[in-house]
Amino acid sequence: MILLRRVGARLGAALLVVWGAATCAFLVLQLVPGDPVHAVVGSNALVSAEQREEIRHHYGLDRPLPVQYLAYLGRLLGGDLGDSYQLQQPVAQALAQQLRPTVELAVGATLVAAVLALAVTVATSGRAHWPRRLSGAVELVLVSTPSFWLGIVLLTFFSFRLGWLPVSDAGGVASLVLPVLTLALPIAAVLVQVMREGLLDALRGPFVLTARARGLTEPAVRSRHALRHAALPALTLAGWFTGTLLGGAVVVENVFARPGIGRITLQAVSGRDLPLVQGVVTLSAVVFVAVSALVELLAAAVDPRLRPATGVPAA
Amino acid sequence: MTVLTPRETTPAPLIDVADLDVRFGSGPRQVHAVRGARLTLSAGRCLALVGESGSGKSALARALLGLAGPTAEVLAGRLRLFGQDATAFGPREWRAVRGRRIGLVAQDALVALDPLRPVGKEIAEPLLTHRTVPRRAVPARVVELLERVGVPEPAERARSYVHQLSGGLRQRALIASALAAEPGVLIADEPTTALDAAVQARVLDLLGELTRAGTGLLLISHDLAVVEALADDVAVMRAGRIVEHGPTREVLDSPRHASTRALLDAVPGTRPRTQAPPPPDGAPVLEADGLVKRFKGPRGARRTAVGGVSFTLRPGETLGLVGESGSGKSTLARMVLGLTEPDEGTVRLDGAAWSSVPERRRRAGRRTLQLVPQDPLSAFDPRWDVARVVGEALAVAGVPREQLRRRTVGLLEQVGLGEQHLDRRPAALSGGQRQRVALARALAPRPRLLVCDEPVSALDVSVQAQVLDLLRELQASLGLAVLFISHDLAVVREICARVMVMKDGQVVESGPVEDVFSAPRHDCTRALLDAVPRRARAAQERL
Repeated sequence: MILLRRVGARLGAALLVVWGAATCAFLVLQLVPGDPVHAVVGSNALVSAEQREEIRHHYGLDRPLPVQYLAYLGRLLGGDLGDSYQLQQPVAQALAQQLRPTVELAVGATLVAAVLALAVTVATSGRAHWPRRLSGAVELVLVSTPSFWLGIVLLTFFSFRLGWLPVSDAGGVASLVLPVLTLALPIAAVLVQVMREGLLDALRGPFVLTARARGLTEPAVRSRHALRHAALPALTLAGWFTGTLLGGAVVVENVFARPGIGRITLQAVSGRDLPLVQGVVTLSAVVFVAVSALVELLAAAVDPRLRPATGVPAA
Repeated sequence: MTVLTPRETTPAPLIDVADLDVRFGSGPRQVHAVRGARLTLSAGRCLALVGESGSGKSALARALLGLAGPTAEVLAGRLRLFGQDATAFGPREWRAVRGRRIGLVAQDALVALDPLRPVGKEIAEPLLTHRTVPRRAVPARVVELLERVGVPEPAERARSYVHQLSGGLRQRALIASALAAEPGVLIADEPTTALDAAVQARVLDLLGELTRAGTGLLLISHDLAVVEALADDVAVMRAGRIVEHGPTREVLDSPRHASTRALLDAVPGTRPRTQAPPPPDGAPVLEADGLVKRFKGPRGARRTAVGGVSFTLRPGETLGLVGESGSGKSTLARMVLGLTEPDEGTVRLDGAAWSSVPERRRRAGRRTLQLVPQDPLSAFDPRWDVARVVGEALAVAGVPREQLRRRTVGLLEQVGLGEQHLDRRPAALSGGQRQRVALARALAPRPRLLVCDEPVSALDVSVQAQVLDLLRELQASLGLAVLFISHDLAVVREICARVMVMKDGQVVESGPVEDVFSAPRHDCTRALLDAVPRRARAAQERL
C-alpha cells in the first residue's frame, strides 16, 4: 500500500515534468519569428496563397493558440507526436530511427567514462602525490577542451595518421570507438575529480581507521568501505551526463557524421520543424525522468539511509 | 576486581613499550605528540591512559596498532607486542596483529562503524580477514558475539545499520566487532563519551566483564570517574609525556603531579557548590503550563514526546532538566524557545503569550531568551570569524555599526576571551573557547533567560569545569534565569538549584536539587543516580 502510493507519487511527478517540458517547448516555438509554412514547403518554393491556407489548415495552424495547445497535449497523451514538416513522416517514427545510434553512443560513453573514472581514481588516490598531480593536470585539460576539438584531434591521430579506426561510418563497433572516447574522456575527468575527492575524504573517516584496525589490507579498505562512499556523488553526476547524452550529442555526432538524435535536432531547429523539435524536447524530458529514477534506485542500493525500509525519517 | 598478583610473578606483558616517540609532520610545524612513553599491559588487567584532549593519548594508542598515520614518524626504544618485536614489523606483520591480537574500539560508534554496511557485516569482517572460524560459521558467530555483548534480538540487529541503533547498542556492536577475532588486548578510546549515564554504566559493566575474562584493556579517557570504575593502573599524560603512573587507588587518592590534581579537581560533582543561591523573587520570566507535544511516528502511529509538563522559572534561578535521551527534554526546550508549537498548553514569556502567537509578534521577545547549543562547532558558520558570529547577534539586537567592534570585545572579555580571538574561525578555537563564544553570542542581546542544551557534554572535564564556573558567574552577576538541560546528574547537581527529572515525556520527579539527590522517589531518578560514578558521589557525601 505504501509502496503503491510511492510509485503513484513518482509517476505523477514524472508526468508533471514531461508536461512542463512539452508546454515550454510549445510556447518557446511560438516566439520564433517566421512562418511555419516556409518550413513545410521550403523557402524557395513558389506557393500560392490558397495552397498556403490549405497547408495551414492541414497542420491546424489556422486555429487559435489555446486550441492548438490543447490539441497538441491531446495528441501527446495518445503518444502521437505529430508529423514532421520536413521529413514527411511521423515524428515518433523519425525519432525511433535515430534512437538506436544515440543510445549506443550514450550508453557506451557512460560505461567507458565510469570504468575509466573508477580505474584512475583508485590508481591516483594512494599515498604518493605525483600520480594525483599528473592526473589532475590531464583532467583539467580534458574538461576544458571543447568536444569538437577533442574529436578532431582523436580523428587526426587515430584515423588519418595511424589509420587504426574508421573516420566515419555508422556500422560496426570500430566506428563507435572514437565518438565514444570523445564523449567519455571529459566526463571521466569530471567523475574522477568528484570521486577522488570523495575517496580521500572517506579514507580520512573514522570508520576507515576501524577497518584498518581489523587487519584489512589497503585494497580491501578501499573496495569494501571507502569506494562506496565515494560513489554516491559520482552516481548523481553520471546520471545527469547520461541524460544529456541521450538527449543527443549534437557536436560529436556532427564531427563524426553519425546519425542520431543530436543531428536530427540540429536539422529540426535550423529548419523550424516545430513538431520534430517538440518531439525531441519531450523525449529528453522522458529520458531525464527515467534516468533520475534509475539513479535514485542505484543510490538507495548503495546507501541504506536512502531506502524506505532502513531509511532515516526526515526530521 | 581481579585478584592482584604481585608484580614479580606476572607473566610476560602483552604490550611492553619503552621510549616511544610519535611525531607528526616535519620541519618547524612538526608536532611531537608522544614523548618517551613507557607502559606495559598484561592479560586481565586494565590500564587507563588519562589526560586532556590533545595530550597524546590517541596517538600513543594508534602507534600500538601501527596506525599512527602516513605523516607520523614513530620511534621506539622497545615496542614488544605479544612477545614479538614490533619495531621490525612490515605491513603484513602489522595486519596480523590488528584485530587478531589487538582490537580497537574507536571513539564515537556512530562514525566508527561504516554507515553503509549492516553491523553484522562489520562484525564479520575481522572473522573473515583472520579466518578464525570457517566461512560457513561466520553468521552464527556474529549473532553469538552480539549476544555476548548484551544486544537483544541479536539475529535481527545484525541486519541493522548503525543509524538504526541507539547509542548504547551502537557502542556494543562496535565492541563486538573489536572482539570478533578474539584479540588478547582491547584498546577502548573514550568508550562512554556521548552516552547517557545509564547506558554508560552498562557499557562499563561489559568492559569490566571482559577484563575479568582475561582480556587486557587499554582504556583511553579524560573522564576520571570512568577510569576509577575500570582501571587497575593509571597513566596520566600531559603534552605527550606520561607524567604519573601507578595503581589507580594510589594515583587518584594521592596524586603527585599537578596535572593529575587538576584533572581530579575538575570532576563534576566533586567540587563544592559556591553557595545556595538567594531565594528567587519577582515575576516569573517563563511560565510553561501543561505542555503536550505529539509526533507522527512511522505508519501513522502517534508518539507523545512531551505529555503535560508545567513549570516556572524566575530571574536568577537555574532549573536543571535531566533524563535519558529520548525522554522529551529537547522537544520541551524547542517549545520553550518557540521553535515548536505545543499541541496543548501554553508558554508565557515575561507574562506575555509566547506559544500560539505568530512569529512576527514573537520576534521582539526573542531577545529575552537565548540558546546555548550542545555543539557550538556545528552551530557556527564555519566560514565566519568570531567577530562576525558575535557581531551578527549584536546587530540584530540593534547595536549601531560603529559600536559593534567595541561591544564584541566587551562580550568576549566577559566570557574570558579577548581581542586576539576576534579574527579566529570556529575550527581554530578549542572546544572550551568555542563554548565561550557561544555564550558571548547568547549574551549579546542582553537576554534574561538562557536555554542551555547539554552545554558541556562535548567538553573535557577540566574545560567543563571552567565553562560551568563561567556560566555560574554570569548567572549571578546578570541575574539570568537558566534552563539547563543535561543527562549528566553530576553537572546538574553542581550548577542547579532546582531539578526536574523527565522520563517518556513526563516529569517523574522535581524539587530542590538536594532533596531529589539525597532522597530520590522515582526509580528513574535512582537509575540515573546509580549511573553517577562513585567518586563523584563520595565527594558529594563528604560535602
